[in-house]
Amino acid sequence: MNQPTTLFEKIWSTHEVAPQNADTPAVIYIDLHLIHEVTTPQAFAELRTRGLKVRRPDKILATMDHATPTRTEQVFGGMPITIESAAKQIRQLEQNCADFGVELLGLQHDLRGIVHIIGPELGVTQPGRTIVCGDSHTSTHGAFGALAFGIGTTEVGHVLATQCLLQTKPKTFAVNINGRLPTGVTAKDLILSIIGKVGVSGGTGHVIEYRGAAIRALSMDERMTVCNMSIEAGARAGMIAPDDTTFEYLAQTPRAPKGVAWDQAVASWRKLVTDDGAVFDKSVEIDAGGLEPMITWGTNPGMVAPISGNIPDHRGDPVFDAAIRYMGLTPGEPIRNSPVNVVFVGSCTNGRLSDLRSAAHVLRGHKIAAGVTMLVVPGSQAVKRAAEAEGLHEIFRAAGADWRESGCSMCLGMNGDTVGKGEYSVSTSNRNFEGRQGVGARTLLASPQTAAASAIRGRVTDPRELITARDWNS
Amino acid sequence: MNAVKTIRSRTVVMPATNIDTDQIIPGRFLTTTVKSGLGVHLFADWRYDAAGKPLPDFILNRPEAAGCRILVAGRNIGCGSSREHAPWALQDFGFQAVVSTEIADIFRSNSLKNGLLPVIVDAATHVWLLENPGAEVLIDLEATTLRLPDGRTTKFPIEAFPRYCLLNGVDELGFLVSKDAAISAYENR
Repeated sequence: MNQPTTLFEKIWSTHEVAPQNADTPAVIYIDLHLIHEVTTPQAFAELRTRGLKVRRPDKILATMDHATPTRTEQVFGGMPITIESAAKQIRQLEQNCADFGVELLGLQHDLRGIVHIIGPELGVTQPGRTIVCGDSHTSTHGAFGALAFGIGTTEVGHVLATQCLLQTKPKTFAVNINGRLPTGVTAKDLILSIIGKVGVSGGTGHVIEYRGAAIRALSMDERMTVCNMSIEAGARAGMIAPDDTTFEYLAQTPRAPKGVAWDQAVASWRKLVTDDGAVFDKSVEIDAGGLEPMITWGTNPGMVAPISGNIPDHRGDPVFDAAIRYMGLTPGEPIRNSPVNVVFVGSCTNGRLSDLRSAAHVLRGHKIAAGVTMLVVPGSQAVKRAAEAEGLHEIFRAAGADWRESGCSMCLGMNGDTVGKGEYSVSTSNRNFEGRQGVGARTLLASPQTAAASAIRGRVTDPRELITARDWNS
Repeated sequence: MNAVKTIRSRTVVMPATNIDTDQIIPGRFLTTTVKSGLGVHLFADWRYDAAGKPLPDFILNRPEAAGCRILVAGRNIGCGSSREHAPWALQDFGFQAVVSTEIADIFRSNSLKNGLLPVIVDAATHVWLLENPGAEVLIDLEATTLRLPDGRTTKFPIEAFPRYCLLNGVDELGFLVSKDAAISAYENR
């Protein structure tokens, strides 16, 4: 009988073009390469310098999201893109895709969106695939039981030229989440809790597999939120074994296999599980039932507390002191009722339709507080159309929020959407690093529900104060 | 890529832990389409005031940082974004090695691909380096050692293949391209 193996090992071993040996890392075949405008120009330039072709254009999908504007008139005409260098990157990706024969869902394409939103939406993100992108949040795709990880621009060039990467085999890390999330506690709260527990480098050198009853109960959107932030725990990849939830999602997507091919695919996908008795290099146990809505108070995603709790007090620790000084918050005080200037709902972490529904559910019938700016940015143009078909955009606008075209937007302050110096932003994105959302911006990461509740009050607010348990899922 | 064999230099010390790649090179500088010229933006938000004037107390603006090629950083440098602009900016500024107890995965991989040597040291060596900024250190990639001024020497881990590439000044793409037959065989399985 074969040795029991993990989900990760099953995918790794079937993608070895050449195994690892004493002299060289493994040569790993890549099934899907997602590319965008910001981390590819130098890679295409390298191909041109060396006279190399793109080996498998059919395994690449390009879009633009990071540097693209979100104002409708800048996307569809009427107003120029403010940042000239961003406009140049967009033009360069168009040229590179045309020259090398790569499919591009360009700026005005109705399937464009954040790269990690559109892969799943189109059904190109599939169980068992190896998926890479020049973006650290590529871990998102692991929600489907794919091995998906972020790479640098040099490696983007490697995949363009050879469809392969040289990789040293990572270790495995089981994150077991038992029980069930309480009402009012979201997937975002779960992953923030996990990062708070394992730390921002706890996953370095490892691929995480999220396991347990609480994970099985999550929708695909929620699983993507969890896997998305694996990198914030230092892990390049996070995965969840595929199951009926996965297959039901994929069955609705345009590019998943159809007919007989679908049946064959599902049969093979069902084998993508960690065998009983398989050994992980390390593991952690978390009781979902004990979790609460979470919000970050510091300058990395591991600096996180329950929203009903207090900002910790580690005065004298230089790391803590630097974070608290930057954030302008008071050690030992409740995080609740901290000031809010900006609220951002969107990003590859929380920019899917269910996230927008959650935010709208809290906002319905309310106005955002005076002095608060709120930006709602759908993760893709398809999410935007679906949200508008349900009237979600009307709820956001009636509340006083801005409704935009899709993109990374305010997650990373490189496309014109920024938070001002010293301003507090409750954001559904993934990073609260210094200056991430703009020079001097202070970011508090939270769920869409917490973001919406905080917009209404103009203060950090536990969404359970605005939504009773009975109404939470309605 | 230039070959790397030994690096002898005084150190610059940045003791902060978890220095993420957004600090090394903020997002607004990523709309470039080339690799060069990023050194001026290295640590931009820590290095300049709102008017773009260098902050005199920041280590990279101080005279003793001039000519230093080794950056000693607090634990877990390079976490966060996969932007290869981070090693490009460090190199363009003049750094040839980054030393810490932990170096984030993608940043480490990106650094190796560009000839910026990631050196992971034990806690005791790290503490000594943090407490002695400006110390003259010798990093020997052939021997995979870091030597302190008093002669104490510590080994650092590096995989055989990137070490070979760095020592010989060759990049990994040539090796991958040479695997064409094996890749074709895999595709035609």
